[in-house]
Amino acid sequence: MTTLFTILFDGVAYGMLLFVLACGLAVTLGLMNFVNLAHGAFAMTGGYVCAVLVNQSGWPFFAALPLAFVVSAAIGVALERSLYRHLYTRSHLDQVLFSVGLVFMSVAAVDYIMGSSRIFIKLPAALEGQIDFFGVGIGRYRLMIIVICGLLTVALQLVLARTRFGSRLRAAVDDPRAASGLGINVPQVFAFTFAFGCGLAGLGGALSAEILGLDPYFPLKFMIYFLIVVTVGGSSSITGPFLASLLLGIGDVAGKYYVPKMGPFVIYTIMIVILIWRPNGLFGRTATR
Amino acid sequence: MSIRTDLLSLAATGIALAVAAGAAPASAQESVKIGLILPMTGGQASTGKQIDNAVKLYMQQKGDTVAGRKIEIILKDDGAVPDNTKRIAQELIVNDKVNFIAGFGVTPAALAAAPLATQGKIPQIVMAAGTSIITERSPYIVRTSFTLAQSSTIIGDWAAKNGIKKVATLTSDYAPGNDALNFFKQNFTAGGGEIVEEVKVPLANPDFAPFLQRMKDAKPDAMFVFVPAGQGGNFMKQFAERGLDKSGIKVIGPGDVMDDDLLNNMGDAALGAVTAHLYSAAHPSAMNKEFVAAYKKAFNSRPGFMAVGGYDGIHLIYEALKKTGGKTDGDALIAAMKGMKWESPRGPISIDPETRDIVQNIYIRKVEKVDGELYNVEFATFEAVKDSGKTKK
Repeated sequence: MTTLFTILFDGVAYGMLLFVLACGLAVTLGLMNFVNLAHGAFAMTGGYVCAVLVNQSGWPFFAALPLAFVVSAAIGVALERSLYRHLYTRSHLDQVLFSVGLVFMSVAAVDYIMGSSRIFIKLPAALEGQIDFFGVGIGRYRLMIIVICGLLTVALQLVLARTRFGSRLRAAVDDPRAASGLGINVPQVFAFTFAFGCGLAGLGGALSAEILGLDPYFPLKFMIYFLIVVTVGGSSSITGPFLASLLLGIGDVAGKYYVPKMGPFVIYTIMIVILIWRPNGLFGRTATR
Repeated sequence: MSIRTDLLSLAATGIALAVAAGAAPASAQESVKIGLILPMTGGQASTGKQIDNAVKLYMQQKGDTVAGRKIEIILKDDGAVPDNTKRIAQELIVNDKVNFIAGFGVTPAALAAAPLATQGKIPQIVMAAGTSIITERSPYIVRTSFTLAQSSTIIGDWAAKNGIKKVATLTSDYAPGNDALNFFKQNFTAGGGEIVEEVKVPLANPDFAPFLQRMKDAKPDAMFVFVPAGQGGNFMKQFAERGLDKSGIKVIGPGDVMDDDLLNNMGDAALGAVTAHLYSAAHPSAMNKEFVAAYKKAFNSRPGFMAVGGYDGIHLIYEALKKTGGKTDGDALIAAMKGMKWESPRGPISIDPETRDIVQNIYIRKVEKVDGELYNVEFATFEAVKDSGKTKK
């Protein structure tokens, strides 16, 4: 019985991590209708920023995390202003080709600067090991992931649903022309949203180094997971990807524990079943565009 | 009709003469060319870099002339993709007229080049790839790295003899992982051990958590682990996170997982892991101390077992050339290499005259902290281990 809870806990932590990594993609793909396959590159940037700060400059881990967010967001906004915005009106194929090209460039660049071997971030001792909670083994690091990601999710949902910026963003997405007619600075809103999504990815990259491993091939290896989260969750809100991440995280961990021989297929089986049942994802709106 | 054939044969003779004339002075004056095919980019790049470094180091130390002939290295990157390896090997042999092909980061790459070595009668020196079958694929292949069977069977023997009764295995689901598992199982169960849990992890596995939980529940004496070198660190960290290090479960495995190249970054979680392997940077011989110091000075990093494979590979080429007096006939070179014995930074090694594979000591080592850095400290030796994984005849 206690094992069941440990598995559930690990699954939730893994799902939360997937969510932070992928929710930026849900925003760009779902809200801005832009296919950005280079999303993982921003996550990798965040991971490496955190690793360099902690390992080489001796920063504390918790101080380096926000910086991973800031640097990724800054690179995101620079690229959005200089490159991405020219492709908003282009076909999805152009966007895919462009962003895949960007992925390969980022892989080669990181390989050149940092080397191809895996990087580990030195963690504070407080985050290592497990806490025994009524016989249920709870990993401290995973607990931290759940706390951080849970808070982020609540904050995101509040910002999107309750604030003026949230309503501007939704308006800009639903009808950019009418929105700009009402005096909303649409490009600015998009740039800010894009940067924020990249920042989240960067934070996710820094958090995931411990669990998923960090090397220059990160954007390629995990691209498929991000896409699964977004397709299964549907891209109309952030609740969809959130629930999808949890479902996939728990499904993946439980599948690998209970049926290790089938383990790697569980996540894909879940995806196929859900997409047959609901082709637009769990919370997808029926194609409006 | 007859005039045409005459002309043709005349032309043919002319070409033959030209070729002969071009070739004759070449062997006396020209340099010996070695085509070094390595993965310098991609996931296996660290292998390529280590071998390239080691070859450079050797040539700095011993000079670039052997038996009156200058040695020239032509380094090519195959990115560990077998198709590339084959194309590059062909270009090197046909266009650059190399006398040796060497390197080969992964097994498929070494196999892809094997038919070319046979056709061209060119010695192929395998400096990294570790599957047993490689040397059977061409009579011109000689290996200076290791085979997976060597370390996996030895750790199986060692575990059975040292009070480890129940073992759970966690191996990556790809050819080397399955090889390691099978060789270990064969020797461990023959020695009276029992496998209580067997998990194969997908190669592109992001999270070890569920598999480790399964291991924890199986309550073995030790865990046999084989994952690609890069994943070793993640594995050890999650092993410690789950408290398995404190539950008395030992980590054992072939030494690839605790590669010197990566070991120091793994953190204290790796402490106490027992592995069997051919080389540790902490090997206590005078020759190795000198080798490690020179390597560190030149490249600012620690040499791993891949670097040693490269270092011994180029040494083998040098010594074979000395024996043939600088002649580069493939058959003569292979004959010279067979049975050759020498002292390597890893300890005494030789080339098995029958299989052309390496015979070497396998050391049992434990990860310990030495001067603030993590090292594999050797504490037991199995001498002159041959490869036991060859096809039974």
